[in-house]
Amino acid sequence: MDTTRPATARDAAEFGLKPDEWQRIVASLDRVPNLTELGIFSVMWSEHCSYKSSKKHLMGLPTSGPRVIHGPGENAGVVDIGNGDAVVFKIESHNHPSFIEPYQGAATGVGGIMRDVFTMGARPIANLNALRFGDPSHPRTKSLMAGVVAGIGGYGNSFGVPTVGGETQFHRAYNGNILVNAMCVGIARTDRIFTAAASGIGSTVMYLGAKTGRDGIHGATMASAEFTEDADAKRPTVQVGDPFTEKLLLEACLELMATGAIIAIQDMGAAGLTSSSVEMAGKGGLGISLDLSSVPTREAGMTGYEIMLSESQERMLVILKPGREAEAQAIFGKWELDCVAIGTITDTGRIVLHHGGVTVCDLPLEPLIHQAPLYDRPWVPTPPRAVLEAGVQPEPLLASLTKLLSSPDGASKRWIWEQYDHLIGGNTIRRPGGDAAVVRLDDGPKGLAITTDCNPHYCLADPVLGGMQAVAECYRNLSAVGAEPLALTDNLNFGNPERPEIMGQIVGCLQGIGQAALVLGTPIVSGNVSLYNETSGQAILPTPVVGAVGLLPDVAVAGTSALSAPGLTLMLVGKTSGWLGASAYARTILGTEDGAPPPVDPQVELRHGTFVRSLVRDQLIAAAHDLAEGGLLVALAEMCLAGGMGASIALPDGPAHAIAFGEDQGRYLIATAAPDAVIARCNGVPLVRLGTSGGDALTVTGHGSTSVAALRAAHDGWLPAFMDAG
Amino acid sequence: MRAAIVVFPGTNRERDAARALARAGATPVMVWHKDTDLPPADLIVLPGGFAFGDYLRTGAIAAHSPVMREVVAAAGRGVLVLGMCNGFQILCEAGLLPGVLMRNTSLKFVCRSVTLEVAATDTPFTRRYTVGQTLDVPVAHGEGNWQGDDATVAALEAGNRIIFRYADARTVNGSLGEIAGSCSVNRRVLGLMPHPENAVDPLTGSTDGAALFQAAVEAA
Repeated sequence: MDTTRPATARDAAEFGLKPDEWQRIVASLDRVPNLTELGIFSVMWSEHCSYKSSKKHLMGLPTSGPRVIHGPGENAGVVDIGNGDAVVFKIESHNHPSFIEPYQGAATGVGGIMRDVFTMGARPIANLNALRFGDPSHPRTKSLMAGVVAGIGGYGNSFGVPTVGGETQFHRAYNGNILVNAMCVGIARTDRIFTAAASGIGSTVMYLGAKTGRDGIHGATMASAEFTEDADAKRPTVQVGDPFTEKLLLEACLELMATGAIIAIQDMGAAGLTSSSVEMAGKGGLGISLDLSSVPTREAGMTGYEIMLSESQERMLVILKPGREAEAQAIFGKWELDCVAIGTITDTGRIVLHHGGVTVCDLPLEPLIHQAPLYDRPWVPTPPRAVLEAGVQPEPLLASLTKLLSSPDGASKRWIWEQYDHLIGGNTIRRPGGDAAVVRLDDGPKGLAITTDCNPHYCLADPVLGGMQAVAECYRNLSAVGAEPLALTDNLNFGNPERPEIMGQIVGCLQGIGQAALVLGTPIVSGNVSLYNETSGQAILPTPVVGAVGLLPDVAVAGTSALSAPGLTLMLVGKTSGWLGASAYARTILGTEDGAPPPVDPQVELRHGTFVRSLVRDQLIAAAHDLAEGGLLVALAEMCLAGGMGASIALPDGPAHAIAFGEDQGRYLIATAAPDAVIARCNGVPLVRLGTSGGDALTVTGHGSTSVAALRAAHDGWLPAFMDAG
Repeated sequence: MRAAIVVFPGTNRERDAARALARAGATPVMVWHKDTDLPPADLIVLPGGFAFGDYLRTGAIAAHSPVMREVVAAAGRGVLVLGMCNGFQILCEAGLLPGVLMRNTSLKFVCRSVTLEVAATDTPFTRRYTVGQTLDVPVAHGEGNWQGDDATVAALEAGNRIIFRYADARTVNGSLGEIAGSCSVNRRVLGLMPHPENAVDPLTGSTDGAALFQAAVEAA
C-alpha cells in the first residue's frame, strides 16, 4: 500500500470519518491529505481522542477544588493529600478490545492505565476494575470472564501492583459488548509532577521503551464504532501486552524523572505515536519534526502510516533538556530498553514526519487538535417510570435472602479477586470484598480508601438519578471506612450517541454525576468516555462507572464491614421507606426490572456520611457497611459473612420484604458497643435500633433464622460452580 | 545483621522483603542481578516476583544470572539463603533445593491466606515455631505446584527437610504431599512458596511470618 498517495472520500469513510468530517479536513488544509495524514486526522478526530459527542456535556462537571492540582486534560488527575504528597488516578475502558480478545484486551487495559499514572511521575500503588458481562446463560459469558480476569491478573500481578477492589455485574444487555474499566491509583511528590506540554525549541524528542510493531493499528478508531457480527475480524486491532517490559519502563522512567532531565513526557496509548506527539507539541503551542526511520521497530518494512498508528504497548515519548541525552541512554541501557532520539521540537506549529528521506506528513497542529467537530447531538430525556408497588410478599424473607446472596450480581466475587495479587506491597489494610479498599501509604499512618460504583439499572430507569447514585454510593463506601472523600474519576460507558435516547442517557447521567459531585465536594479530576458500546443495534445499559479516592489520616482506625464481636448493638442510619423499583429484589425475586429507582438526595448523603465517618474515626463503632443493592438484609448478611458472626434483628414497621430489601439511599448499618454515645451524636440523623450481634445464625424476628454457614455456602458457591460447570 | 536482597528485572516483592527484615532488626541492602560481587551479608534473600518475566520457565533465566554464581558459592560457605515464591522457584532451578514448581492445578493464579503447618523447626529460620504449629500466611502465585520424583521426596523426608506443608481445606496449588517449603541438606537454605514477608504487620492481617525473620536475624 502506498501510504503517501492522496487520500479519497472513500478512504475517509473506511477510517470511520463522516462525509462532512472529510470535507472539513480538506477545507482546513486547503488540499487533499495523503493517506498517512488522513490516518492521523482520523484518530485525532475519533470519538475516543476528541470527545466530540460528549465534550459539550462534560464541560458541566465540577473539576476544581482546593486540593486539585491537575484536573481532566492530563494523563491522570492529581490531588494534594498533604505533606508534599499527591494522589494520581484515573479510570479507563478497554471494552472493545476485551470483547475481541479478552486476555490481551484486559491486560493492555491495565497496562495502559498504569502508564497514564506513572507518566505523571507517580508510582502506582493500587489497581481496581469495574466489569460488566452478559447474561450467565449466554454462551460467551464464561470464556470472556475467564479471559478478562486472567488478563487483568496476568498484567497487574507481574507488574507488582495490588489489585484491591472493583465490581462485577451481569446482564443480557452486555452479551455482545462487555465492559472492562480499569482504574489505577499512584502516589507522587507534588513538586515532581510531570505533564505533556513541550517547551524549548530544538529540544530532543526521545522514544523510550518497547519497539513498535504492527499491533493495534487503528485501535482508537475501532473503539469509536459500533460492533457488527464480524467483530472477530478486528482481532489484529488489539494490542499485545508485556507487563515485564512495563515494569522495567516504570523503573527506568522514575529514575530518569529523578535526574531532572525531563521537560515533558507522554505515554503512547490510544493512537500511539500520533496522539503523543501531536499532544506534546500542541499543548506547548509549538511544532514537532520526527524521523520515523529512527523509530525502533519490531519488523522491517513498516510504513510511516503503520508506525504512526501502531498501538504497540509499553512505549513513551519524552522531551529532554538539551545535552541530557547520554544520561537518559545510560539509565535506559541499564534497564535494557530502547532510548532513541527521533526528532526535535520546532516553532512551526506543524507536525512534520520524514521516513526514508521522504516527507510523509506535513500537517498544521491547530486543526488536528482544535478543529475536530464538536457535536451537539440531539437527545431526548428518558421518560419517567411509575413507582413499583411493594405488593404481596411472594416467599419467606430468608429464602429471598439466600437467593439474592447467590444471584450472579449478589454472589461473592472471591473467584475473581483471588486471581489478583491484592497483597503485594504489604500495605493492603482492607482487602477486596468490603466497602472500599484501604491502602496504606508507605509506613503510614496515612492511607487511601478507593472504590468504584455504578448501578446501571438505576441509570437506565432514570439517568439523572442514576448518575447521582453512582457518586453517592462511592461517597458512602469511602465514609463507611472513615475516609474523607477527595475526588472522582469517571468512565462513561454508553451506546451509540447518534441515537437521541442514548444521547439522553449521556446527558442525564452527566447531569446527575455533576450535581452530586458538587454537593459532596468531590470534583471529577480525570476520566474516559466509551461510546458506541453496541452490537448489531443492541446497546448496553448506560454504565457511568465512578471511581473515588478518599483520605484516611490514620489507617489504624480504618472502618470495617466485618461483624466480629458478639453483643454489639446494630443500628440503621437513614430513612427506610421500602423502595423496590429497579432493585435487585425486584429483578431476582419479583422477576421485573421495572419501576422508578429510589430517590437520591446529595444533602442527605453529605449529612449521613459525615456522621458515620466521625463515628468511625472516633472509634465509637466496631463495624459499618453501606446499604446498596439488596438493601438492609443483604447488607447485614454481608457483615455477618465478613466477620463470621451471627446477628438477631427485628425489622422496622412496613411490608417486611420491602423493608428488608428496599434500596432507599443514604443508609448505613452500624454495629456499636456504645449505642448511647452514638445516639447522643446523631444530631437529627435518623437512627433505628435493630438488634444485636452474636451466635452463628442470622435471625429476623417473626421470619426465622438461617446459619451463617449456610449463607456462606450460598454466597461463595455460585461463581466457582458457574465457572467450573462444563 | 546484614541481609542482601537480590533484585532481578521483574522482581517485585523486594520492598516487602526489605520491610519484613528491617522490622526484625536486619539491615537490608538491594543487589542488582548483574553484580558479580555480593556485598558481605549474613543472609541472602531471593524475593518474589516474575524475574525476567517468567517467559521461559519460572526462575530458569534468573538461575543463570551472574549473581547466582555468587549465591551458590555463598550457600556453599554456609551463608543463610532464603527464597520466597519466585525466589523458591529460582533456588530449585539453580539446584540449591530439589524439586520443581509447576503451574497450579487450577491453572489460575491464586492469592489468599492459607494455613501453613510447620513441619520442622530445626532450621535457622523456623526455630521460633513448634512442630505442628499452623500459621496464617498468604500465597500469591500461578506456579506453586511443587513436584519431585519418588527418590527426591524420599530424600527430603529422610532428611526431615520438608519444612512447611499446606494444611488448608481447599487445595492451594496441587503440590505433591502439600509441600510448601523445603531446606538444603545443611538446613541453611530455605525456600517456600508462601509470603511470610506479607504476614508481619497486624494492620494488614496476620503476624505469623514475623518469627521466621526474627529467627534468621538471631541465627546470623
